Amino acid sequence: MQSIQEIQAEIIEEFAMFEDWEERYQYMIDLGKDLPLIETQFKTDDNIIKGCQSKVWVHAELNDDKIAFTADSDAIITKGIIAILIRTFSNQHPKAILEANTVFIDDIGLKEHLSPTRANGLVSMIKQLKMYAIAYQTQLK
Amino acid sequence: MLDSNKIRADFPILSRKVNGKPLVYFDNAATSQTPQQVIDVIVDYYSNYNANIHRGVHTLSQEATDKYENARNTIQTHFNAKHAYEIILTSGTTESINLVAHGFASILDKGDEIIVSALEHHSNIVPWQILCEKTGAILKVIPMNLEGELEMDSYSELLSDKTKLVFVNHISNALGTINPIESIIEQAHKVGAAVLIDGAQACPHVKPDVQALDVDFYVTSAHKVCGPTGIGMLYGKEEWLTKLPPYQGGGEMIDEVSFEKTTYAGLPHKFEAGTPNICGGIAFGAALDYMNAIGFDTIAEYENELLAYGTKRLLEIEGLKIYGTSKNKTSVISFNLKGIHPYDVGTLLDKMGIAVRTGHHCAQPIMTFYNIPGTVRASFAFYNTKEEIDALVEGVKKSKMMLS
Repeated sequence: MQSIQEIQAEIIEEFAMFEDWEERYQYMIDLGKDLPLIETQFKTDDNIIKGCQSKVWVHAELNDDKIAFTADSDAIITKGIIAILIRTFSNQHPKAILEANTVFIDDIGLKEHLSPTRANGLVSMIKQLKMYAIAYQTQLK
Repeated sequence: MLDSNKIRADFPILSRKVNGKPLVYFDNAATSQTPQQVIDVIVDYYSNYNANIHRGVHTLSQEATDKYENARNTIQTHFNAKHAYEIILTSGTTESINLVAHGFASILDKGDEIIVSALEHHSNIVPWQILCEKTGAILKVIPMNLEGELEMDSYSELLSDKTKLVFVNHISNALGTINPIESIIEQAHKVGAAVLIDGAQACPHVKPDVQALDVDFYVTSAHKVCGPTGIGMLYGKEEWLTKLPPYQGGGEMIDEVSFEKTTYAGLPHKFEAGTPNICGGIAFGAALDYMNAIGFDTIAEYENELLAYGTKRLLEIEGLKIYGTSKNKTSVISFNLKGIHPYDVGTLLDKMGIAVRTGHHCAQPIMTFYNIPGTVRASFAFYNTKEEIDALVEGVKKSKMMLS
């Protein structure tokens, strides 16, 4: 299994192929479309993260000692970034999730989407992923 | 005729690039840009006569006081208020509204009614909800129709001798609808209610005459009319301003102070506690001078042309729906592409150097009414051009292609 660092390096490499913002965004939009949707039963108010601009839903499950995340958003670009975040953080051990950072988002030219003032729900989503990791890590102990 | 090339040269920001593309600024309903003439006034203030006002005997303080009070006179003339002391300088529309709401807490009784409209900005709903919680007064809402216009028949039915205050915006920020405030004011006065009009969205487009309107309170912000942020005004009829208690305690607003009793200063100082935004006030005056030199009739005519052109061009795009289709509206176009989230469109337009607003525009009840998460809002000012609208149309088409 790949580590979070390896996956992030892979994503940086993929994005390096794009020549301009259009290709980058088109890729993200396509990722957003392919993101496995959260199951309807988990698309609840309890799992919602309200940004001012877009909404995000996150659900987490512990499989053995790894956390599987599924998520959704009502905005497709937000969903594309969620797809990237899920790819790095899902099916990882809680400890690895807690130690990981999201600097790679800057490296692929999407920094503005993780700005706390952007109000798209993504910053809160990352916090939420880490909260799940803390909770499940405690459970595993 | 408005010479847009000449006017654009007054605005340094309009020549900058965003994401490598020439800036197209269509977020004027949120804040307007600042011409060099106003920037110069701000620089001059801090370079030459920055001082505290109203209490210094030295030359700088005198100069600053004169300019600040001259700005108040400019604002008085612009809105045709009867007296300069009926113009209270505040930090902006929101503070002006809160000042009046705070004052009415001592006037309202349990069971009294306040009427607001369904077209309001959040800043126009929340202060009244707080006031109602405090006093036991009841909030009533004038409904809107699908075109984004107020249902005036319902308004007439809501009015009664219980109505103490009516609060409506002159022009809706989310949809651009111009509300029939003349009729709203006249009908409210017949039942003895006071009327407060929020002119934040109207003042960039029209020149309100508060005496002709016979309005009790009118509020606006300088940053919507080419002035700086953090300054705005409350116009109130003298009789009302005398009746309302002070909003904040502090320096400037007192006459005599002892620990037993304080007497308050007269108007307008009673409502202007503490050191005001001196530079902002002076720049507010300069901004109104700048716009008046162009002329509000000229501005309105040109902006209407932009609105007609923008509406026609945007509607050429299949699946584009405009929200707010009243015949009486200003140069604001709120729209969505079918099946596409406004946030996505706004994000891609920004990549193309086009600044629009996306989201609920602090008017969630309107979005709930249309059952949408928000809209993309393009709002045009007198310094925008048809070429910029063409760029927007191309940008929206490209966004649609990328997102569908």
